[in-house]
Amino acid sequence: MTSAFLAILKRDLALASRAGGGGELALVFFLTIVVLVPFALGPDLNLLSRIGPAILWLGALLSMLIGLDRLFQGDEEDGSLDLIRASVLPLELAVLAKGLAHWLTTGLPLALAAPLLGLLVALPGEAMLPVAATLLVGTPALSFIGAGAAALTAGLRRGGLILPVLVAPLTVPVLIFGVSAANAALGGTIPFATPFLILCALSLAAIVVGTLAAAAALRHSA
Amino acid sequence: MASLIDLANPTRFMRYSAVLLPWLAGLSAVSLVVGFYLAWFVAPADYQQGETIRIMFVHVPAAWLAMMFYTMMTLSSLGTLVWRHPLADVAQKTAAPIGAAFALICLLTGAFWGKPMWGTYWVWDARLTSMLVLLLIYLGIMALWRTLDEPSQAGRAVAILTLVGFVNVPIIKFSVDWWNTLHQPASVLRLDGPTIHASMLWPLLILAVGFTLMALVLHLVSMRAEIMRRRVRTLTILEAERLDRLAAEGAPA
Amino acid sequence: MSELGPHASFILASYAAVAVVLGGLIASVLLDHRAQTRALAELEQRGVGRRSDRGRS
Repeated sequence: MTSAFLAILKRDLALASRAGGGGELALVFFLTIVVLVPFALGPDLNLLSRIGPAILWLGALLSMLIGLDRLFQGDEEDGSLDLIRASVLPLELAVLAKGLAHWLTTGLPLALAAPLLGLLVALPGEAMLPVAATLLVGTPALSFIGAGAAALTAGLRRGGLILPVLVAPLTVPVLIFGVSAANAALGGTIPFATPFLILCALSLAAIVVGTLAAAAALRHSA
Repeated sequence: MASLIDLANPTRFMRYSAVLLPWLAGLSAVSLVVGFYLAWFVAPADYQQGETIRIMFVHVPAAWLAMMFYTMMTLSSLGTLVWRHPLADVAQKTAAPIGAAFALICLLTGAFWGKPMWGTYWVWDARLTSMLVLLLIYLGIMALWRTLDEPSQAGRAVAILTLVGFVNVPIIKFSVDWWNTLHQPASVLRLDGPTIHASMLWPLLILAVGFTLMALVLHLVSMRAEIMRRRVRTLTILEAERLDRLAAEGAPA
Repeated sequence: MSELGPHASFILASYAAVAVVLGGLIASVLLDHRAQTRALAELEQRGVGRRSDRGRS
């Protein structure tokens, strides 16, 4: 069972590292959004540094959604999803492996790149690490909420736009606590730990709920 | 329990609902007329909010119905996933637009109430924001129904989404509360302050009953339409298959 | 309702919004119901589904 889990994980990581994998594209998209925001707001560095965590979080959220609709679609098309369904590995664990692979190739690079992009929005030095940390613990929630929605739309040919529509309202809590934890690190009345721990709790809950929902959706769509 | 199982049969549902509908519609019309009469001509203007209190009489029932329909959709989703109830996904599908309409009414009347009372159409108050997110979830559910063609498969997918949304709604409420206290000093006039006087409570209750009955009537009618749509779909597919077979027999290759 | 006070336009606007949204909802539900009734009647008139189980949707 462990070997099947690792096999799926390895396969998805290998697929993502090949050309056309979602990972680096999401990173480029992240960069593009962070670059676009100052053009809309103006080059006022004070303003940018004040809303910097929000820009980074919003950019990361949108970048996570890019390509998420392909999470199960490719497997549905080439039939490997049927093999996964038929294998001894519980579907929940298979979903967990795929979600983990998605996070490793998308969420993790985004979180690591966030301090660099923070330079563009004049993020103060002491906020770099907290922003990266909030993204690090917050993006798994996005991966797994997204995995649930991706499983619902796995059979769709033209499911590209429906997925963000489904996912966005559900990510409101993650966004709120991610940004407020990052802002708390910049100074403010609340300690960093309070929203940060709630963010961790949200991520853990999302991993459980998202995995169960995605597995249920895949089972029912068979 | 036996009667519930009987009702599960779509044909029986069609028969009973046809009998029930005129009564419900009549009852709804009567209570709406009485309620609006009381609300407009009998109830006094509020000492604090003046005549704008008249907006409350549709605003509050709409908010209540928007939440009630989501709860009902959640129960229907359980019916779809757990008991494979043949009517559950019909009920779930047809409840979504009705719930969305009432959420929209709640937001619109709230905006028109907020402008004279708060001085702005919209504040990012926790309650308003939660209702807006609820509307977004409704729209997502409706969008998913439209993109999946095959009704039974769509029913199960949407049921899962509805349940996940239901788990999320209290979390969203909690986080928006947190976010709101963080960003906004509580300067907004709170609506839950003054206790409501009987001369306003009665019209409000009667109107709430009237709107609820009206929503149920609309729900039953659209459930009937949906059942017929599925019957039409099944019959059309069967007919196409029959014609295919005839063609194959008539002109063997 | 002789006097609506200084905020009459907001009160009327909100009731108008209710009328538009609810009117649209009611109209769409009734029109859909009528369309499906007709489609079903037409199919049955053509004799489709005479042998199929009518009890199933």
